Amino acid sequence: MNKARRNPFNIAAMHGALILYTLIALFPVFVIVINSFKSRKAIFREPLALPDADTFSMIGYQTVMKQGDFFLYFQNSMIVTVASLFFILLFGAMAAFALSEYRFKGNTLMGLYLALGIMIPIRIGTVAILDMMVATGLVNSLMALILVYTAQGLPLAVFILSEFMRQVSDDLKNAGRIDGLSEYTIFFRLVLPLVRPAMATVAVFNMIPIWNDLWFPLILAPAEETKTLTLGSQVFIGQFVTDWNAVLSALSMAILPVMVLYVIFSRQLIRGITSGAVK
Amino acid sequence: MGSSRIKWHIVVFLAPAVLVYSAVMVFPLFNTLRLALYTEVDQSRVFVGLDNFRTLFGDPLWSDAFWNALGNNFWFFFIHMLVQNPIGIVLAAMLSHPRLRFAAFYRSAIFIPTILSFVIVGFAWKLILSPIWGIAPDMLSAIGLKSLYAPWLGKEEYALTTLALVSVWQFIGIPMMLIYAALLSIPEEILEAAEVEGITGLAAFWKIKLPLILPSIGIISILTFVGNFNAFDLIYAAQGALAGPDFSTDILGTFMYRTFFGFQLQLGDPHMGSAIATGMFFIILAGVCMYLFLIQTRIRRYQF
Repeated sequence: MNKARRNPFNIAAMHGALILYTLIALFPVFVIVINSFKSRKAIFREPLALPDADTFSMIGYQTVMKQGDFFLYFQNSMIVTVASLFFILLFGAMAAFALSEYRFKGNTLMGLYLALGIMIPIRIGTVAILDMMVATGLVNSLMALILVYTAQGLPLAVFILSEFMRQVSDDLKNAGRIDGLSEYTIFFRLVLPLVRPAMATVAVFNMIPIWNDLWFPLILAPAEETKTLTLGSQVFIGQFVTDWNAVLSALSMAILPVMVLYVIFSRQLIRGITSGAVK
Repeated sequence: MGSSRIKWHIVVFLAPAVLVYSAVMVFPLFNTLRLALYTEVDQSRVFVGLDNFRTLFGDPLWSDAFWNALGNNFWFFFIHMLVQNPIGIVLAAMLSHPRLRFAAFYRSAIFIPTILSFVIVGFAWKLILSPIWGIAPDMLSAIGLKSLYAPWLGKEEYALTTLALVSVWQFIGIPMMLIYAALLSIPEEILEAAEVEGITGLAAFWKIKLPLILPSIGIISILTFVGNFNAFDLIYAAQGALAGPDFSTDILGTFMYRTFFGFQLQLGDPHMGSAIATGMFFIILAGVCMYLFLIQTRIRRYQF
């Protein structure tokens, strides 16, 4: 195809460039994590050295454990993320099924209406969302966040899932109808299992932005008992800004859960992006 | 029971999504646009027409801040287009090379910053660039460039560009992945045909591959635009709501947050906040329309 194919020098140069960029991508994470296990003196004396027997210290983690309620924050993040994903997938798949399966008046219009939200960020409506949450008493509740993230995730979910549902064979569904299955049974028993890969893609796309969001937790649920991990670490670091051990440990603890999620789901995520689900 | 009866199962399937989406997204969006036309007098809402916009654009106290935030936002976007997308394309081009080993490893590793939260990214870079800790100056002096170091996040003239580059570092994985996918979908026959014609190496990239991935580049550009014009988190995490030093890193998102919630001595004003949100809405809408009508319709798509 091109000269580079036959030229080992170019391959080596590409490895060089990619290794360099990989180092740039990983270096900050590496520095934060290794220094979180060092004593305060060692953090400043040799920031790039690995912790050894002399410099190893868990003091930062002890402060974090004592001062911040990270388990509660983690639990809140978990509840919000899992519940939002559940509703995005359930409601999104139901609407996608209605749009792709049935011909009815206003089908195209409804599809366009739901697709509008793909490009317009929900943050623009924050003032009125806060108004509404205050009026309904949902402010400082995890429910407020779940509702917002569900609404935010639905447009893309409906769009991706209806593309996939169009590919489910009509014969299968019609066979089900002849057997006397209700439309609901056809949806839950026949169609949903077949679009599971697409559902996984939608879940993975939504998971990380929801987990990492700072804006809505800050505005809708800043109370101590509803703080998410992202907001909790932001506030904690703001208060302990001069305690470097605590700050570095809090950062490492915030990195850990997303890294675990990424290790579990990275293949799904990369496959989702590269399969053209977002084209 | 004629054919005109309502098919209830369709309603049941559509209702939850349509209700949540309408109530929590569409209605508040339009309500925010409406609230921009009101103000608060003696604790009651009064309709004032376009007065808030007159204040926003006419009162120097407001308009200076608005134009500052808008200009900064465009610079933020410009850096992304200039740095993030070209580097993303180059990385993707290297990763898609058929004989490259460990491509999956590089791909996963380079994508890691994208999954981290703004809080982590903002603070991690703040610490690394900080003159107190000294990692950045030490590394520069190790390669003999110590004189280049400055406390970038603390200097008005560098802070915004530095944060834009941090954001580029964070999000480079997205253009890389999308372009990578587009490059993989180019059929081998086309590249072989080009080779027969003597078009190889860099020429093949410029003349064959680049035109074929233009639609993906268009998508990346509009995603970057929308993402940048409602950005907030990174600036807030690194510099706080005041977007210091001296508002030099203020963008529309932080400006709206400050206006809406208030800061220090200034009280929050939801109506002026709505007016700024309305401005952001029209800027994003203009960008999306430009993409849909000008770019997407002009780019030729190839079906393989």
